[in-house]
Amino acid sequence: MRIEVKDLRFSYGGTKKRKTEKYALDGVSLTIEEGEFFGIIGQTGSGKSTFVQHLNGLIPLKEGMGEIKVGNYDLSDKRVNLKELRSKVGMVFQYPEYQLFAETVEEDVAFGVKNFFPEKSAEEIKDVVKTAIELVGLDYPALKDKSPFELSGGQKRRVAIAGVIASRPEVLVLDEPAAGLDPQGKKDFLELLERLHKDFVRTVVIVSHDMDLVAEYCDGAAVFKDGKIIKRGTTEEVFADRECIFKSGLDLPVVEYLKEKLAEKGEKIACGTKISEFLDAVTQRWGGKT
Amino acid sequence: MRDVSFGQYYPSFSAVHKLNPAIKILLSIAYIVAVFLVQPFYFLGFLACFTYIVLVTAVAKLPFFRVIKSIRAILFFVVLSAVIQVFVNKTGSPLWEGGFIYTGGLISAAYIVLRISMIVLGASLLTLTTSPVELADGIEFLLYPLKLIKFPVHEFALIMSIALRFIPTLLDETDRIIKAQKARGADFESKNLFKRAKAMIPVLIPLLISSFRRADELADAMDSRCYSGSKNRTKYKKLTFGWGDLIAALFTAGLIVGVVFLNGVYGVTV
Repeated sequence: MRIEVKDLRFSYGGTKKRKTEKYALDGVSLTIEEGEFFGIIGQTGSGKSTFVQHLNGLIPLKEGMGEIKVGNYDLSDKRVNLKELRSKVGMVFQYPEYQLFAETVEEDVAFGVKNFFPEKSAEEIKDVVKTAIELVGLDYPALKDKSPFELSGGQKRRVAIAGVIASRPEVLVLDEPAAGLDPQGKKDFLELLERLHKDFVRTVVIVSHDMDLVAEYCDGAAVFKDGKIIKRGTTEEVFADRECIFKSGLDLPVVEYLKEKLAEKGEKIACGTKISEFLDAVTQRWGGKT
Repeated sequence: MRDVSFGQYYPSFSAVHKLNPAIKILLSIAYIVAVFLVQPFYFLGFLACFTYIVLVTAVAKLPFFRVIKSIRAILFFVVLSAVIQVFVNKTGSPLWEGGFIYTGGLISAAYIVLRISMIVLGASLLTLTTSPVELADGIEFLLYPLKLIKFPVHEFALIMSIALRFIPTLLDETDRIIKAQKARGADFESKNLFKRAKAMIPVLIPLLISSFRRADELADAMDSRCYSGSKNRTKYKKLTFGWGDLIAALFTAGLIVGVVFLNGVYGVTV
């Protein structure tokens, strides 16, 4: 599904009009094409989370505050079926393991499916849940009857993600998905996301502070600052705009720094922002010899 | 969830705000005693109480509607007791020939409504002018004599302050969990009361678990700073008694005397 946002404004102050009113989102327009792996970056308080929570109607769109279209769902239409929309746009919050509640892993993962598709039979639900748990790389027979609170941090997070993708969303939005994971856990987790994007969820939107993560996995990115988008493009384009990155209090990914260092020595390396691309380019340049 | 305000503290720099919270609590109790001293049906006593409220509100620089608004919270209760009085109390004479509403019922309904409203107004003056932390300090001070019977007063006060401190944090957390479960299709707006109560389970359990986690973390943080409570612990904000407290006490004593005096002046009889 294509996400199209036009001139979105939002203020936490409610509807009362005040002269000093500050907008958490101040005229945000952004289109995310179907199939993109998209990164949203920006400082804390720049409006990223507020923005993504609009995408499945968790924060309702107020009249005259802009337009949001997600696929065929027009959020400015009062009659839009929010439940259906939320089944299509899965949202994973920061520290999703804190939302686990059921007695067993299986029940917790089934929660969303049961809510969205009450007509499904117990057998069908079981099937869907099994697929989801296996998709996130967990051992279904071993874990299904365990309490989610007995699992390790990384496993809990996977269960939480399984609970979201079980209802087969077409768009997956993740807020700081790698926060609080150790390096190995983070790597595994992001590889899982990449795999999911390849053959399960068409569009993935990530909100993150982690420039390396965005550089490595995202195709496109948008930079938020003070409730506005100040840059939108492919990850390469975004990170090429040094002024914009530093002005918004962000940093460059490691690859960009390496490229810069090499450029200082007179070696121009032309490649994307992914580490693998950089390594390939370097190997090509020096033929694998140092 | 964000606009749920706990308590109703209205910060400002007034003489009333600066009073010793322990004194303020005592004076609020004295005020409530004054309200109860008003005999049926000597309504002038309520007028005295109301005057007291208006004067305190003015000195505290509170917007008057904020004080009055506090009645809204118990409006249902007030109306209910008034209605019961009107229909059940059959003293005095019927309002019209053969009618079921008696003058006695109306007068006692008015008496009860005024009594409850006056108490609520007084109590809300206390919470409007005293921050939750100050209240906890005041209660700790007042409970001090219980130390003699080995009641852990300081710990009790600490529990209160921590509980108050974590209310906004837990509200934020609740907000987040509700959103997360909504994103998984949870329905909190169902008309069916039973369904709505059941929908709270996925919110309450994570909330409970995270409170335990927070409690553990807080205990560790306090331990690591060598907090041991009670003995020889000094306070950052010491409670002091000033002229203001004396004046406030005298003023409230004046109200009690006034109410007792007015009890003998003019009453409505049925």
